[in-house]
Amino acid sequence: MATTQVVRDEYSPLVDLEHSHEHEHGPFIAHHFHTAEQQFDSGKLGIWLFLVTEVLFFGGLFVAYIIYRYNRPEVFTDAHVHLDTLLGGLNTIVLLFSSLTMAWGVRAAQMGDNKTTAISVLITMVCAALFLGVKAVEYSHKWDLGLLPGDLFSYDPHADHAHGLISNYLIMLCIPFAVLLVGFAIGAILNWNTGKQLVGQFYAGLAITMLGYFAGVAGGVVWMSAAAAKHEDHGDSHHAAVRADGVEAVRPVAFHPNHTLPVDGAVAADGTATTAATVAEGGDAAKAVEPLNKSLGVFFSIYYCMTGLHAIHIIGGIIALSWIFYRSLAAQWRPDYFGPVDFVGLYWHLVDLIWIYLFPLMYLIR
Amino acid sequence: MNGTAMAEQRTAHNAHSAAAHGSAAHGSAGHGHGHGHGEHFAHPAPAWILLGTFFALIFFTILTVVIADNVELGSFELLVSMGIATIKAVLVGAFFMHMWWDKGFNVLVFLSSLLFFALFIGFALMDSYETLSNVTNFYTP
Repeated sequence: MATTQVVRDEYSPLVDLEHSHEHEHGPFIAHHFHTAEQQFDSGKLGIWLFLVTEVLFFGGLFVAYIIYRYNRPEVFTDAHVHLDTLLGGLNTIVLLFSSLTMAWGVRAAQMGDNKTTAISVLITMVCAALFLGVKAVEYSHKWDLGLLPGDLFSYDPHADHAHGLISNYLIMLCIPFAVLLVGFAIGAILNWNTGKQLVGQFYAGLAITMLGYFAGVAGGVVWMSAAAAKHEDHGDSHHAAVRADGVEAVRPVAFHPNHTLPVDGAVAADGTATTAATVAEGGDAAKAVEPLNKSLGVFFSIYYCMTGLHAIHIIGGIIALSWIFYRSLAAQWRPDYFGPVDFVGLYWHLVDLIWIYLFPLMYLIR
Repeated sequence: MNGTAMAEQRTAHNAHSAAAHGSAAHGSAGHGHGHGHGEHFAHPAPAWILLGTFFALIFFTILTVVIADNVELGSFELLVSMGIATIKAVLVGAFFMHMWWDKGFNVLVFLSSLLFFALFIGFALMDSYETLSNVTNFYTP
């Protein structure tokens, strides 16, 4: 190490000579950087460039959303009744809280407080997994109801009564996390018992993260069953708003001046140029339902693509955060070396940022 | 690694950052980075700013839900919810993502993505508007 230090100093006029002989100044600086600050700035610019590509990556999906909503606003106002606003809102708060703990972890790393960084990053990971758990409940509930993307859309408002409290889809979504939970728990115990406490703590943190997922699933299931109980009390008002019976399907087209297209159902019904209103009056409703549902299917294609890509980013974030968690446990952060925490943090905040826009666009359409 | 030396360095650093916050040197783009003294580029955000940002974000989240459920805004609904989302995004960007203290170039790089995103939306919407009548004609014989 000493040799490396000397060699670098020879090529590094910017290195402070006063400190250049100190070992602790060197170990984390890659050989092609003059100073810790230069290394940090390069990494920071790199992560910002990555975030630019992420914005443009999601941008395509946002444009799909905007174009479809611009052309068919009534499809979106109909679709929102299938999304639980309060559950989505609570999930938003979970994600915002994870952003706070992430920022807290970065702050601690900048001050060289590795223990606080480890705890903050672990809470961030648990919140991320909790968010995924709630999302799994939302997804599986929709799949039970036939709220599927594109042509797969086959909505049946009463389908959820046929399924028990726990959906089969939800069980499927839980299996990988259950396997990981068992694996991480075993890893934690084995490593701890063989004296590898660092690795043991790391696995224990991952196991706790998986428990966060199941906490989200449990919370989501409780919420959903409470909502279902409330829903039975109030009759089927929730489903009445939905186009299950064709007549309800018609929403005043005049709401939106740009909406000059006839509802596709109207054309399919008898092949002539009818408007949505005549379908309602004329009453060939049964035929009109199917293509209208197809429009809802397009909404759910967009919904699954956007929230699904976001969920993939959450999973990626958990993996990146676990790396930060391990290095925090190994006490590798110092006031002159905390870049990776900052960079993963920036990525995590971007994932939060995208959800900040997704939440009103999906859940708050009225 | 020498633990005592590390601790001393840390204390010295904390003193430095406290002074920086006190004199609000953070906000200025041109504060001199001490070359060699690597720790000078670490700017821990003040705890109260992080907590304040978080509670503001919670407030705006609740506000946007309450408005959506209780206030009839008609065609302004999208505008209002997007406006609130943008306020939240600015809070996250400025304080959680440290853009407030970051180098201007990094902020410029990131904001440039929004410019290209706006071009993307703008041209796609223009195209959609132009071709809408063709689509309508196609469906209505």
